[in-house]
Amino acid sequence: MSVKNILIAGVGGQGTVLTAKVLSRLLIRKGYDIKVSEIHGMSQRGGSVVTQVRYGEKVFSPIIAPATADVILAFEKLEAVRALPYLKEGGAVIVNEREINPMPVVMGKAKYPADLESFLNCCGAEAYIFDAYIQAVAAGNPKCLNMVMLGAWAKKAGFDPEECLAVIEENVPPKFLEVNKKGFMRGYDVF
Amino acid sequence: MKQLMTGNEAIALGAWEAGVRVVAAYPGTPSTEITENAAKYDEIYAEWAPNEKVAMEVAIGAALSGGRAMACMKHVGVNVAMDPLMTVAFSGVKGGLVLITADDPGMHSSQNEQDNRRLGRFAKIPVLEPSDSEECRDFIKAAFEISEAFDTPVMLRLTTRVAHSQSLLEKGLRVEKELPPYERDPQKYVMVPANARPRHVIAEERLLKLAAMSDESPLNRAEINDKKIGVICAGIVYQYVREALPEASVLKIGLSNPLPKKMIRAFAAEVEKLYVIEELDDVMEEQIRGMGLDVTGKDVFPLVGEIFPETIREKLLGEKKEIAYRYDGDIVVRPPVLCAGCPHRGTFHVLKKAKVNVLGDIGCYTLGAQPPLAAIDTTICMGAGVGMALGMEKVRGKDFSKETVAVIGDSTFMHSGITGLVDVFYNKGCTTTIVLDNHITAMTGHQQNPLTGFTVKGEPTNAVDLEALIRGIGIRRVTVVDPFDVKGFAKVLKEELAAEEPSVIIARRPCELLLKGEKDSYYIEAERCLRCGKCLKIGCPAIEKTASKVPIIHGDQCVGCGLCQNVCGNDGVIRKEGE
Repeated sequence: MSVKNILIAGVGGQGTVLTAKVLSRLLIRKGYDIKVSEIHGMSQRGGSVVTQVRYGEKVFSPIIAPATADVILAFEKLEAVRALPYLKEGGAVIVNEREINPMPVVMGKAKYPADLESFLNCCGAEAYIFDAYIQAVAAGNPKCLNMVMLGAWAKKAGFDPEECLAVIEENVPPKFLEVNKKGFMRGYDVF
Repeated sequence: MKQLMTGNEAIALGAWEAGVRVVAAYPGTPSTEITENAAKYDEIYAEWAPNEKVAMEVAIGAALSGGRAMACMKHVGVNVAMDPLMTVAFSGVKGGLVLITADDPGMHSSQNEQDNRRLGRFAKIPVLEPSDSEECRDFIKAAFEISEAFDTPVMLRLTTRVAHSQSLLEKGLRVEKELPPYERDPQKYVMVPANARPRHVIAEERLLKLAAMSDESPLNRAEINDKKIGVICAGIVYQYVREALPEASVLKIGLSNPLPKKMIRAFAAEVEKLYVIEELDDVMEEQIRGMGLDVTGKDVFPLVGEIFPETIREKLLGEKKEIAYRYDGDIVVRPPVLCAGCPHRGTFHVLKKAKVNVLGDIGCYTLGAQPPLAAIDTTICMGAGVGMALGMEKVRGKDFSKETVAVIGDSTFMHSGITGLVDVFYNKGCTTTIVLDNHITAMTGHQQNPLTGFTVKGEPTNAVDLEALIRGIGIRRVTVVDPFDVKGFAKVLKEELAAEEPSVIIARRPCELLLKGEKDSYYIEAERCLRCGKCLKIGCPAIEKTASKVPIIHGDQCVGCGLCQNVCGNDGVIRKEGE
């Protein structure tokens, strides 16, 4: 198979790293070659964060070129739109509709664009927009938002939920396991 | 079973497999996780040194006494370690000695974009460049073999994409290296001129032997495919070239100093058009041109920033992928900010209000340069502000010093602030230095330092007494303040700025991320709010401006530090939930 590209976009602190970890362990189990790239450092402090996952028979570059991502998994709407040039023609974008205001908006120096949802729905990409936060809260903890997002992706990518849950079990501390599994299933059942 | 590892984890694994006994480092993105992972192996003594020079010296000592040792740092850290490095390059080693430099093309989190391959060449030592995690592990083992076989320190150069990308590899086993008896050898290790002169000759001869080895080494290899295009490349760029030009012939360089010149000539003769693709400087290109070969490189590719696969396709094949979807409106930037509850926010609020000049350096507090705090005038390097304040005083006089402060973190003060402060005291400066003591090295992800009382392995240890250290210099005016007590801090600042002698203020409060347990959040009583906007000026990500001008505090982000309450224009309006 040709190499597949998943781009995970969010805001520092949203738990994108754990999503990428579970996702990549799942792909290793499937026997794929895989490379994952993320930039640590300054971006942890509430800035935009991006993790790139590439898998297939043989992967060379760990980073995704513009207009080649099969899927963008966006934990925040503005970050979805920021990452959108990486999506290939006909690619899918799975978006948490909740807005997190960046500092210039918090300070009142800039406006959060009001038309992002309609843009995403009309731009031609396959867009799946939903409130992942509500699902996470319903699962028992807003922090399991990352598993909700993972669940939504697993459904769209055609992965077996049981297999995903098994990988979650291996990568999440027992204390938080139940809520994370619940979050995953809520995400899985959204679409 | 194969495991997914970052380059940094794989370097630590490789060191463990190679029988390394000592790893010394100072944290710096993108190198930090090497030492954190090395510390997980019981067989390795790992430490955070106060700075890169000391880390290098600890590693040199370990190697000269016969054990394999490694020093790890980011690219600019090597500048600090250059002094011992340049001379151990003459003396040679005994046990293997490897220096890891983690360069940062694209400056994801650095103050400059220097290319440390030049420093390897400058020191006349071998330079290795792995291109993925498996090579990180394999090359570190090769580096130790080369170090011992050729009696030389070896530089292994990572870039951010190699250090922080994850790829698959299989774990190996550790091979213990027996410790030889300690032998004095002053002619080799006492680098006085009479001994150093013959060592320089040996270093030059060594470089010739290394060059011959480079031509035979499996670290360098030609992958001959279609011969229309031939590309010479190293490190992550190799992966990009294979991605972008699957048909092309490639000369993959793993040992980039000294270059395998015979191999390069043979490769050049095979292909129709020769390219050298390298990020940052034209280090290989310059030498290949010097060989009289016709090569295309920096005439097409930039000297600045990263080179991506799509850039390679565009420059070599003229192919450009059209962007499929793009939002035409303004996508507001999301810059990193000081966390909610960050103690530095209190400090910068006080400094901004006092309208002083602020000479900063490198750490989380560099984010104090961002609006709305926008309270930093300069950031050059670790520790720079303290000495710069003295330089400014000598040009502009003592009155200028009375409206200027140097700010420096606790870890950074231990790294390179102490010597600057000694200079201020010795040369009769009257500057005010503020040590931002948050009990941790925060920016790189919470590493211990000599003030915290814990080692890199998490074991309790001696903690340096910061106040005693500063008083020990002879400085009499040392005051400790709480950065969230903005009124008290402002009063102390005024007094210390006015003093006609050097003074130090320690703004002490732990990094918010160190504090565990329940955190109460605050709220604003809307009816009594003056709409003055003072709470917005501290730039807290939990406080947001609204259309009604009464700001709102987001409960899910507020950590209850109370700084907004302290700066509020109308006492009692901002209150803790439940009070």
